Amino acid sequence: MSASVTTQVGFVARRSVRRTFRQPAVLVPTIVFPLFLLAVNASGLSSATNLPGFPGDSYLDFAIVVTFMQGALFAATTAGTELATDIESGFLSRLQLTPLRGVSILVGQLAGAVAVALMGAVTYLVIGLIAGVTIVTGVGGALVLLALATLIGVAFGSIGAFFAARTGSSQAVQGLFPLLFVTFFLSSINLPRELIEIDWFRAVASANPVSYLVEGMRSLVITGWDATALLRGFGVAVAVAVVGFGAAASSLRTRMARTG
Amino acid sequence: MTPFVQVADAVARRNLRVTFKNPALLLPAAIFPLVFLLAFAGGLSNLANVPGFDFGSGYTSFQFVFVFLQSAAFGGVFTGFAVAADYESGFARRLMLAAPNRTGLIAGYVLAGVGRFAFTASVVTVAGLAAGMQVDGGVVELGGLVVLAVLVNVVATLFGVGLCMRTQSMQSVPFLQIPVFLILFLAPVYVPLELLDGWIAAVAPYNPATAFLEAGRGFISGEPDQALVAFAVAAAMTVLLGFYALRGLRKAEAGG
Repeated sequence: MSASVTTQVGFVARRSVRRTFRQPAVLVPTIVFPLFLLAVNASGLSSATNLPGFPGDSYLDFAIVVTFMQGALFAATTAGTELATDIESGFLSRLQLTPLRGVSILVGQLAGAVAVALMGAVTYLVIGLIAGVTIVTGVGGALVLLALATLIGVAFGSIGAFFAARTGSSQAVQGLFPLLFVTFFLSSINLPRELIEIDWFRAVASANPVSYLVEGMRSLVITGWDATALLRGFGVAVAVAVVGFGAAASSLRTRMARTG
Repeated sequence: MTPFVQVADAVARRNLRVTFKNPALLLPAAIFPLVFLLAFAGGLSNLANVPGFDFGSGYTSFQFVFVFLQSAAFGGVFTGFAVAADYESGFARRLMLAAPNRTGLIAGYVLAGVGRFAFTASVVTVAGLAAGMQVDGGVVELGGLVVLAVLVNVVATLFGVGLCMRTQSMQSVPFLQIPVFLILFLAPVYVPLELLDGWIAAVAPYNPATAFLEAGRGFISGEPDQALVAFAVAAAMTVLLGFYALRGLRKAEAGG
């Protein structure tokens, strides 16, 4: 990346981060909702640990990674809503009068969402540890967990940016939330795939990339250093990020050419 | 028709027409319960094998009752959104000026909430039956489940109407959604009450949603032991939140 592009990205990123952190309506649900669901599910589903074959004896350990996925979901809607708002308000059109490139705008716009995802991940981890979560891979595993959670935040943020660039509507981006929510639930987020009894559900969960993201993170908490799970987790996250970013960049290019 | 019935009828009809003509309003209310039914009944069915899980009608029926009552509650919440939207658009103020009996406004929104729930309930029931839900209760028991769900819907609508008549803003939506969400999930959602563990086991017995869930599950399995408690709680909440909605209306009238 050349110095001028880095500077351009820096300007947009700074604005994106500042704008995101000035909105309690974005930050509070990102922190509160995942932690509330963790508290409810860790207690409400604790009897699942009595199932033969359940990994470990604490549902809190099993469920902590769900918070990171929910943080990524909020990153998607944050990134998408911010870009869509800029399109709706005409800010993007004004940016086109400057030497800023489309890719710089996109990378910069994702900064706010990534910052939210990282802040969320650190908070979930700290509160999880206070509540009694044990990470079997230790400090190194916790750092890898944060890295993977942030990468997933980038990946989902790029999907949000794609929706925004494609539709130019913040309302349409809000419609992304239920869609991703469905994808989350149809995965191994609540039980390990081996313990899902219903065949079609297990097949859907196995085809769902979210399962591999969850299992990659979960392996660090309850299994240990599992190269296969981590490779799948990072591989899926990178693939989603590349596809999402590519689609967002292409849609933004089309939009800028149309309004330029 | 008395002015009360006229107003209630007009408000309910308009609200339902707006809802059914707008898929963006109708579909989320139907899709969310379906997702929960799929995710919980499909993904968590193995929980029926947990030692001590003694619900005879199977896990799909166990979860169906939660989703059915949840869609009843959220039918009411979505009606609350409609009240807030009517105030934001200025329609509610015109309605207040035109209505010869303003208490009929509340009755109209309640009827609209029941109408919305009728649609969602049908969708969820068809999905439950398609998923192989086992129904061991007879016609009377199933009627009891429907009446209980309608009462839950009315309670949630009265709460939504009362809140949104006070705030008159869509910004109050989280204050409407979050308490309902909290009450629903602080109940025995995934396993029976006896199998709950940790802090939720201490909270759930005092949660009205627990009484509704236990009675509803009793109805579907043909053993309605907890029905009286659930109906008593629902009736008390209806009266209490009826007053809350009525006072909200009076505050809105005083506010002009």
